[in-house]
Order: sequence, then structure tokens, then C-alpha cells
Amino acid sequence: MPVQDVQGQKVWQRRTGRESLFHWLLWLAGIAVFAYCWQQISNATTWFFVWDAPSIAGDIWRRATPPKWEYITQLGEPIWDTLNIATLGTIIALFLAVPVAFLAARNTTPSTLFIRPIALLIIVSTRSINSLIWALLLIAIIGPGVFAGVIAIAIRSIGFCAKLLYEAIEEIDHTQVEAITATGASRWQVMAYGIVPQILPAFAGIAVFRWDINIRESTVLGLVGAGGIGLQLSASLNVLAWPQVALILLVILAAVVISEWVSAKVRGAII
Amino acid sequence: MSKDLNSLVGKPWKKPPFIQRGWLRWSLVLGFAVYMVAAVLTIEVNWARVYEGLERGKQFILAFTSPDFASRSGDIWDGMLESIIMTVAASVVGIGISIPIALGAARNVAPLPVYLICRGIIAISRALQEIIVAILLVAIFGFGPLAGFLTLSFATIGFLSKLLAEDIESMDKVQAEAIKASGAHWGQWINYGIQPQVMPRLIGLSMYRIDINFRESAILGLVGAGGIGATLNTAFDRYEYDTAAAILLIIIVIVMALEYLSGIIRERVQ
Repeated sequence: MPVQDVQGQKVWQRRTGRESLFHWLLWLAGIAVFAYCWQQISNATTWFFVWDAPSIAGDIWRRATPPKWEYITQLGEPIWDTLNIATLGTIIALFLAVPVAFLAARNTTPSTLFIRPIALLIIVSTRSINSLIWALLLIAIIGPGVFAGVIAIAIRSIGFCAKLLYEAIEEIDHTQVEAITATGASRWQVMAYGIVPQILPAFAGIAVFRWDINIRESTVLGLVGAGGIGLQLSASLNVLAWPQVALILLVILAAVVISEWVSAKVRGAII
Repeated sequence: MSKDLNSLVGKPWKKPPFIQRGWLRWSLVLGFAVYMVAAVLTIEVNWARVYEGLERGKQFILAFTSPDFASRSGDIWDGMLESIIMTVAASVVGIGISIPIALGAARNVAPLPVYLICRGIIAISRALQEIIVAILLVAIFGFGPLAGFLTLSFATIGFLSKLLAEDIESMDKVQAEAIKASGAHWGQWINYGIQPQVMPRLIGLSMYRIDINFRESAILGLVGAGGIGATLNTAFDRYEYDTAAAILLIIIVIVMALEYLSGIIRERVQ
């Protein structure tokens, strides 16, 4: 136990001298890095605008309130599109994620040496790129519209769903699988009766959870032209129609809250 | 039981249905089918355009085999550096702010009024998405990394405070009480009774959030909030797929490295 001698009295300390020196150096390095980062940000900022910010914010607030309520009649179709992008994207992603997850899980993959790394690479690369970037890319390839949004959401969700699913597959109880195998079941029957029932609750939970996230993401996909309510948002922002922007933001907020509520209810019912 | 068994003998076994009530099962299936048809019908796909695009898609995939790091290396370097700077600064500030908010949002530490205020802050921060916050902050603070930095800090607060508060709420009360019984004042109680219990989780969550912040910083540039996103957007607009592929590869490699690093750190602290 590290003890310090203060005027003949022993006082408890949390760390030894060397440890506290090391901690001190670590903190120093961290603060130096942060200071450098802050300096860079500060150099790239026009501080005049920042000092002016409160009045600008007040100005925007005055223009945005009250929201233009009658504009809601034009938002029905974009909301429907947004819902479709999220739902269809999630369904496509789940269809693609299931085989990837089975190939990536250590206990079901046909080959740990070749196929597993490929499956993991698919998971990492689809997961690390945001759906807006996928949408940007798909718009360049297949043109703007809802379809690009659906595919973008689908690709982005593959990695997420497959990662959670393969972790669930790796955690299954092996005795059940062995019991099914002992009855003389074929490889596919073992899959259907030994593994699938064990991961089904996890699968349903993942599906609803991802759907919730996808609703959030699909509301902004329109900013790059991939359909949904984001299109209206960017159009309103471009003409500085702040009352419309305020209404759209309220609608997006409502959609996010409702989808989160639905997903929490469904997950509560399943698990 | 035996009667049941007798009536079952000789019949092949059937999987029990997932939902027991027949009408509910069928109405759910039917409703889902109707929705699917309606959803698919309302999506207009210009197949001719898609077919045309396949050629570009092929080019893009081929570009991944020969990414061009060189011809725009200056822009890529500047954008990446800005993304990383934004990530680091926003993570530090966001984590710093979210610790007191997490303490306030834990019911076993904070009194009710503080609890409600902190939970309100968390709810607002979680409901607004990064990109929308970024749009508003760019409108208020002007273009540049400051808006991105503020956006990421704001988003970090909602994420980290919520999960940390849940961890504080589920901690072991006995240790905290023992510290209190030794006559510790509030600060010592937090520092020696609670902090050691939640530290591993805090470090794990912080690493995860740094990872998310970096990924998000890559798109903030699309709305003018600084970072690599602007460079990426330009590359797509000019159909410079090899440069775009280079940027995407760098992002993937950095995210993989961060994930690997956070795995090691989390294993060490837990």
C-alpha cells in the first residue's frame, strides 16, 4: 500500500510516486493534444461570426416561429417515403445479414481461414461508412430518388445487423445443437431446429432496433437527394423558408419519438 | 397427459406457431403483406437509369482496387486532419460535460429537480440527429470546424450521459455507503464510492463514442461543418471515383484501428 510520510505520520495514498508521475505525464500529453486541437479549430473559425451568434440565433428563432402549420398537407407523401425507405431497407438488410452472420460466426462458418475474414471485412466496411455517404455514392450510380435511399439504408444496416447476429450465434447453447445432431438430423435441419430457435429472439430484437435507427437516418437522407422528408427539408433550407423548416423539424422529431416508442414496446414484448 | 399422448401418437410433429391466436397471426401476416405491396408500388424506380448506372457502379468498385491517394493528397490530408481534430476536441469536451450530467441523471445520486433537468437535456440531445444539429449550428456559427465540434460534443452528451447514468443507477450501494460511513463529504463520496465502480464502463463507452464521433465527423462536411466530408462530396460530384475510394479506404482503416484499439483498452480495464 502506497504510504506517504508527513511529519512522522503515515498518510494513505492512492498511487505510488512512480504511478502518479506516469499519470501526471499522461494527463499532460492529453491536455497538450487537446490544446493543439482547440488551437486548430480556433484558427479555422471566424470569431466575429461566433460573437454575433446569439443575435443570429434569435433572428432565426423569430423567423421560424410560428411553424407554417398548413404546410403539413404537403408532408404526407415524404413521410410515407421515409417510412418505406427505413422498412424496406431494414428488410433487405436482414436478408443479406443472415448469411453473412452465419459465415462470420466461429461455430457455423464453413472455413475460419478464408470465409470468416471475408465476412468480417463486409461487416466492418459496411458499418464504418455512414448511410449518407452510401446514399451519395448510390445517387451518383443509380440516380436520385427513394430507391437509392432504400439501398443505402440496406447496405449500411448489413454490418450492424450481421455483427450483433453473429455474436448471438456464437453465444448459443451447444447442448441443444448436439441433441438435434444426435437424432440424425442433416446440416440444414440442425440449423433450422438447433440454432435458429435460439437466436430468433435476438434476431427480432436486432431487427426492431435497427428499424428504429433507420427511421432516424432516413429522415435526413433527402439532404443529399435520396428521397424522404429530407428532400423537403433541404428545399426549404435552400429558400430560407424557416417556418417550413421548423414544421419539418417538428415532424422529424415526432417520427423519431414514435419509432423509438414502438421499438421499445416491441422489444419489451419479445424479450 | 396420457390421453393427450395417445391422440398424438402416429401423427407427425409440427412446429408450434410463433403467435398462438390464429386470427392475430393471420391479420398480422396479411397487414404486413398489404403494406409491403403498397410500399413497393410507391417506389418509382427508373430501371433504364439504374441499368445505365451499373457501368459507373462497376467503375467505382474497380476504383477500390486502384485508389488514388496521390493526386488530391493535400485535400485529403487537410480534411482528415480536420476530422481527427474535431473528433478529439469534441470527445474531450463532450465526455467532460457528460460526466456531471450523468451524475445528475442518476436517481440514486441526484435529487428529483436536478434529475428531471438532466434527463431533459439527455432526451433533447438524443432526439436531434447530428446532421440536423450541424445544419442549425452552421447557420448560427458560420462554416467551419467549430460548428462540427459543437455538434459532436452535443451528440456525445446524450449518448454518454444516458448510458453512464444507467450504470451509476445499477451500481453496488454497499461500497458507496461504506465511504459515506467513514465521514466522507459529497466530493469524496463520488470520488471513492462511485467513481471506481463506473470507471471501466466510462472508459469503454468513451472509446466507443470516439469511434462514433470519427465516423460522424466524416459526414458533417456535407453541410459545411468541416472535416473530410466536403472533400468526399466534391470527389463524388466530379466523378473522381478513385479519389473517393481512397478517402473511403482511409476512413475504413481508421475505424478498424480505433475498434481494435478500443477492444484492447476495454479488455484491460474490465
